[in-house]
Amino acid sequence: MNKKTVLILACPVMLLLMSLKTAFMPMKAQLPLTDSLKRPAKFGFGRPATAQEIAAWDIDVRPDGKGLPAGQGDVKKGRVLYAQKCAMCHGVDGIEKPGVKLPGNALVGDTSATSKPKTIGNYWPYATTLFDYMRRAMPYNMPGSLSNDEVYSITAYLLNANKIIKADVVLDAKNLYKVVMPAKKLFIMDDRKGGPEIK
Amino acid sequence: MEKSGNKDQKVATGKISRRTLLGGVIAAAVLPVQSLFADEKLAENSILPEIADDPTKTVGPGPSPVGKRSPFEQSVRKPSDISSRTPLQDLHSTITPADLHFERHHAGIPTIDPAKHELLIHGLVENPMKFTLADIKRFPSVTRTCFIECAGNFRTGKAEMTPQDILGLTSQSEWTGVMLSTIFNEVGISDKAKWFLAEGSDAAIMTRTIPIAKAWDDAMIVYAQNGEAIRPEQGYPMRLLLPGFEGNMNIKWLRRIELSEEPYMTREETSKYTYPVKDKIRMFSFELDARSIITYPSYPQKVNKGWVEIRGIAWSGRGKVEKVEVSTDAGKTWQLANLQEPVLSKAHTYFRYLWDWKGEATEILSRVTDETGYLQPTLAQLAEARGVNLGGYHMNPITAWQIKNDGTVLFKPETIK
Repeated sequence: MNKKTVLILACPVMLLLMSLKTAFMPMKAQLPLTDSLKRPAKFGFGRPATAQEIAAWDIDVRPDGKGLPAGQGDVKKGRVLYAQKCAMCHGVDGIEKPGVKLPGNALVGDTSATSKPKTIGNYWPYATTLFDYMRRAMPYNMPGSLSNDEVYSITAYLLNANKIIKADVVLDAKNLYKVVMPAKKLFIMDDRKGGPEIK
Repeated sequence: MEKSGNKDQKVATGKISRRTLLGGVIAAAVLPVQSLFADEKLAENSILPEIADDPTKTVGPGPSPVGKRSPFEQSVRKPSDISSRTPLQDLHSTITPADLHFERHHAGIPTIDPAKHELLIHGLVENPMKFTLADIKRFPSVTRTCFIECAGNFRTGKAEMTPQDILGLTSQSEWTGVMLSTIFNEVGISDKAKWFLAEGSDAAIMTRTIPIAKAWDDAMIVYAQNGEAIRPEQGYPMRLLLPGFEGNMNIKWLRRIELSEEPYMTREETSKYTYPVKDKIRMFSFELDARSIITYPSYPQKVNKGWVEIRGIAWSGRGKVEKVEVSTDAGKTWQLANLQEPVLSKAHTYFRYLWDWKGEATEILSRVTDETGYLQPTLAQLAEARGVNLGGYHMNPITAWQIKNDGTVLFKPETIK
């Protein structure tokens, strides 16, 4: 093969290469495509949750009453349940006596803001929190063992003991969230956003 | 908590190996020196191998599947009924060894089979979904170093207190997991969602409400701590990580997230983790305010005349530590301390200050300024701003150490009433 032939053969190849290069020019301006730069709209991991699965775990109760279950309870039944299931840690009447530390928190006290210790009457801003917390975490030695009726009853007993509801009130999903707690007016949201102010 | 501790011990004795025994015996030989043995005679009567004067003349034990600390190191957490505190005075940098990370839980540590654990996300979402631990691990992962501090991390009252006693409910780890925003993108979040409830799988079924902005900012679901799976005390197999937010909100043993337009007002965000501010009660304090403490020298250490490198940690839940100042004259004058690089956002930052101690009685203090311009206050400043009934939450006062003429170091407990 002489030089001329080589040149003739080479030219189309060079042209082809040049055209290819031109064709790929816009690609070079982009970042190299690697997997780590791609993000799908969805990864497709996990699976849909069924309504039954959600219902089994969705036990929270909000201040607007959302989540309160069917059932009801009253002060009388609550007093009996309290003695059976709560008094061992929170005291016979939920009141902390001077010099005697209870294993659990004191639950009953007067409703003046400055009184101690913190109790449902002087410190809890929402009645729904009582239901939510007792149902999920109490009694401490048998968490999650109370029926909804039992939780309504103990809630009624404790609200009555703190002089917040009357002794004949029957609590249920329609009225528990309407109970206005004495401490509600004391609570303020933190509005600090950093910066030099000590607040 | 104590029950499981006993169980662990039984398991350990059941599987004791020659090497474990050897390590144990060496530890026993060291312990009496530190007066940790209740019965000194027991130790004296034990058959203890001599620790060789010259370690180069004895072949030591060979490789092992899991390493352990030198028997000469006795750094331990300090447990109470409800928490266990990190020995900050024993640490030389900012990462807390995972087994010394502080603990705080409200109904014990659950034992969870990782193969069965699932996370449910529902509420104001397009697609309610369940994710296994394996699913969570498939998502793009992120590693971040930050502190977690309990919002009730302040003790005072006597001079014989260590950093561990005063504020041992703060620890730092390198956490690995997935950004919560990645998971939220997967389920699709409704525009109406302004808050989310996070729920744990412990016997307290712990719940807290978190503003949705945190999810789009830097919240994570993490499954690894310092490179290994999270410890059971820290939320195994997965926990929420909210950098800079109070520890309680970083829900451990995470099993459920519900998106909502309103906060849930759970027990831990109403009757707990709230505090008096004058005649009101402040709630929803999420970020932990900037704080620092000198961890060396501190009680019960002693200093000698001459050069003393004052060391400590500083941090802010609102971002980076901007500067740390140290005073060696009871707060009359302040000097800049050196910060160990890299200074990370919402992370314990190690500081050092070289001090030539002439032997005079004095007080040493540190104070931090964070990147928002917030300067760590004194207890008196906090009392002035909030009233004298401060309570125990969100307390970050300057901590002072008394240096006595003989080099004894004591905490300076302050009172405000």
